Amino acid sequence: MNILVLLRMVPDVVEELEVAPDGKALDLDAARMILSESDGHALEQAFLLKERYGGKVSALALDAPEVDDALFSALAQGADRAVKITGAEADLTTCGGAHLFADVIASTAGLLPAELVLTGVQAPDDLDGLIAPLVALKLGWPTVGIVTKVEVDAGAGAATVTREYSGGLRGEFELPLPAVLGIQAAEKPPRYVPVAKVRAAMKTQKIETADAPAAGPPARVEVLAMAKPEAAGHAEMLEGSPEDVAARLCGILAERGLL
Amino acid sequence: MTATEAPPQVACEITLETLEQFPEGRRVLSCIQCGVCAGTCPYGDVMDYPPRRIIAMLRAGLLEEVITSDSLLSCVACYACMAKCPRGIQLTEVLLPLVKEQVFMRLPETPAELQKALQNTLRYGNPSGESPRKRAAWVKTAGYPVRILAEDPRPVDVLWHVECQNSYHPRGQAISRATVKLFHHLGIDFAILGNEEKCAGECARLVGEAGLFDALTDYNMAIFRKYRFNRIVTSGAHAYDAFQYQYRAAGFDYPFEQTTPFLAKYVDRLKPLLTKKLGYTITYHDSCCLGRHNGFYDEPRALLKAIPGVKLVDMVHNRINGICCGGGGGGMWLDTYFKAKGYERLSDRRVKEAVATGADVLAISCPFEVSRFEDSLKLLGYENRMVVRDVTELLAEAMEA
Repeated sequence: MNILVLLRMVPDVVEELEVAPDGKALDLDAARMILSESDGHALEQAFLLKERYGGKVSALALDAPEVDDALFSALAQGADRAVKITGAEADLTTCGGAHLFADVIASTAGLLPAELVLTGVQAPDDLDGLIAPLVALKLGWPTVGIVTKVEVDAGAGAATVTREYSGGLRGEFELPLPAVLGIQAAEKPPRYVPVAKVRAAMKTQKIETADAPAAGPPARVEVLAMAKPEAAGHAEMLEGSPEDVAARLCGILAERGLL
Repeated sequence: MTATEAPPQVACEITLETLEQFPEGRRVLSCIQCGVCAGTCPYGDVMDYPPRRIIAMLRAGLLEEVITSDSLLSCVACYACMAKCPRGIQLTEVLLPLVKEQVFMRLPETPAELQKALQNTLRYGNPSGESPRKRAAWVKTAGYPVRILAEDPRPVDVLWHVECQNSYHPRGQAISRATVKLFHHLGIDFAILGNEEKCAGECARLVGEAGLFDALTDYNMAIFRKYRFNRIVTSGAHAYDAFQYQYRAAGFDYPFEQTTPFLAKYVDRLKPLLTKKLGYTITYHDSCCLGRHNGFYDEPRALLKAIPGVKLVDMVHNRINGICCGGGGGGMWLDTYFKAKGYERLSDRRVKEAVATGADVLAISCPFEVSRFEDSLKLLGYENRMVVRDVTELLAEAMEA
């Protein structure tokens, strides 16, 4: 079974995020990039499927700072192939990214035929979770998102997936292969890869590069302005002895008719 | 042992397969199976393979069984087995790290808390996943000027290596502020690496993640080489240990000390500054790295005795017999894992001993111990009976200025 995993680097929120001087985008020079968390889960799910059913896992990533680290780490974890898509415009939209992935999947030798394309269901810069459905649309494959479990019956050419709904509900879907899945969480947390294995992968394995097609579709949504949230109010901290604090707390609750 | 005198170095190319080719490896094989190691190990009662059994299995060619079990994850690298071994086998220095490395590589699943700490250490240079750009943020609250070498690279006498816990943890930052106050009043010319500093990596190595340790060693050596200084003082007891026994192989040849023994050399100059009578009964917890592994038993006690109005009492287990806080060898990030297995938290065991002395202050000198012991005091309901203070905090408190 061939599994393709689509990876994207997103701003690491451990560092402060800044708005770029044009007031319309994040300042990517000030940000530090990290593999999108749910893409890490998509990768882990691919490894679990490979362990269960055999096959090959290929990781595809859009070029970004520190993306080589993420791809070598994927190779050390068990990916068979790593492809970096270079030359795309810097301010790629979600739609543009999805088109790029679909184009590269179709044009890079040996990626197709594939049974599954997995990617994170959402990312900090794709809260609508559009990457998987847009890639599916372009490839003409079926898709399900918010997936937390995947079973494959290669003989029948079908996958059974579990999709999460709010309120703790779960739905089970059967869909024909090939298919695109938006992974919410892998069946097990992403595995640890010892640094020595990543360093070994850097010495013995290669990241292939694929050129981005000259121009993607024109963006149809324009960002007019981006700003940091303004603090509208603040919490009042009650200080003093526990007795004083308790008395004031009771007073406030009573005052607001909550007691 | 003075800090600048190199201890016997362990051959870095030694592996489990080549033990017999090295004197320290042949020594391992000379084990008489007396079992003192297993008896003195704080988790010896719950380990499937305490050191004695590991050596027996190794000699019988059954090591595969040992390394495919997660038993050795409960080794907190406290050096108790090594300190007591009648054959002088370098268990914690040689055998256990080699075996743990194999155990770690084969773990079917890395405990989540540990995995996060290791990933954070690789990416951010600290196990708690804080921003490396904020490592020196605490300096604004230091109360005195603290020079950061990246901003002012002039040569300096003391390069103060703050370490992770004392850079980021609120209680650790309090220890850093106390350290700054002491350095200031002693007139020490010091500077820090600031945001360029990263974890020394000792715990990564002793939990079995040798590759991460090597990556950190390479990074830290390159940063040290950038600046000119006479000596290093580290607040990390574990960093001290790594410098002493591991970094030398990477060319680390600086004179260096850990804060507590460093300050003990200034005790005569400190005494006239310690004018405030504290009136505490203090019990001192010997850190495994500083105490058992490096013999600094008297230095912290000499500093505490220099504080006016202090009564020093020892716990039942003290000095070479001190019980580990449970934070070494990766244990700092295995509390959840140990709890799931039903093991007693070692810091709980230690805190019960501390409270039994009747002391009102538990003094420490390793940055891991503050949060571990404070958590245990709260869990056991002793938070009104005892506080945890670093030796530097008590010294700074006794300075009225």
